[in-house]
Amino acid sequence: MIEFISQPWPWYVGGPLIALVMAVMLLFGRNFGFSSNLRTVCAACGAGKKFNFFDFNWKSQSWNLLFALGAVMGGFLAKQFLSNGQAVAISNETVSSLQMLGVAIEEQAMVPLSLFSFEKLLSLQGFILMVLGGFFIGFGARWAGGCTSGHAISGLSNLQFPSLIAVVGFFIGGLFSTHLLLPIILKL
Amino acid sequence: MKSGLKFMLAGIFFGIIMAKTEAISWYRIQEMFRFQAFHMYGLIGSAVGIGILVVGAIKKFKIKNIYGEPIVFHPKERSISRYLLGGTIFGMGWALTGACPGPLAVHIGQGVGVMVIVMLSASFGTLIYGAIREKLPH
Repeated sequence: MIEFISQPWPWYVGGPLIALVMAVMLLFGRNFGFSSNLRTVCAACGAGKKFNFFDFNWKSQSWNLLFALGAVMGGFLAKQFLSNGQAVAISNETVSSLQMLGVAIEEQAMVPLSLFSFEKLLSLQGFILMVLGGFFIGFGARWAGGCTSGHAISGLSNLQFPSLIAVVGFFIGGLFSTHLLLPIILKL
Repeated sequence: MKSGLKFMLAGIFFGIIMAKTEAISWYRIQEMFRFQAFHMYGLIGSAVGIGILVVGAIKKFKIKNIYGEPIVFHPKERSISRYLLGGTIFGMGWALTGACPGPLAVHIGQGVGVMVIVMLSASFGTLIYGAIREKLPH
């Protein structure tokens, strides 16, 4: 059984399970949306004293912080007990596309650790990928009013047209970074 | 704590799904934005397809939450600029880091420690948004 679930899960197993998470959160009286946690963290750190966007009772959002803590624990459990340690089985086209950019597929890693590490933070390349990339995630998600969970999953499930526009935006930005920025960044 | 525990359990379940479907993988996100495999499209597409049925069923049968209250959905405010512009910035970050906010947390649990820095930077991005939001189109 453990061996069976230690294989990577196909999309037709994962997708319905993601919908199940959303359904469970609705039954718990909450909405499935992860990036609000970033706003909650700012509020908990006292940003509400300076900017009214963060002036709310952050403790009312502690349920979502607990969800985030759970996600960290889920990552740990998946790595320790439900992993067969194989490299991510991406398509051959992607392997060669990335090889042309000088990125190798690493064993037992979900990210290329040659790019994502503390040492790399000090390089311009690492700074753009991790620090600037992270900044874009937090800034863009709040501007758009949600991230992949809030818009692509919760919003589209509720047939929200604004969420469709947001998802189109996600793709415009993602295609821009992938096809125009990354080739430059990876040469730095 | 009992009321909080269920959210943590839901988060654990979510984290395991994200890890096992490889949705947290930088490689998978690259594959998606290069249109070189169906995996991520199938994952998000089937989640949305079933999600539509779930939300539709909740509305049609007026299903209540575990506290016996009606489940209400708040329509998102009408606009184009904030969703398109904010979404584009978010997408740029998604492709660079290979992770959206949920997967960042999962990476931290998997021991990719530097993702703590990415998460802090994302929080800083949210802080700056909060500071200048009145100057941005919404």
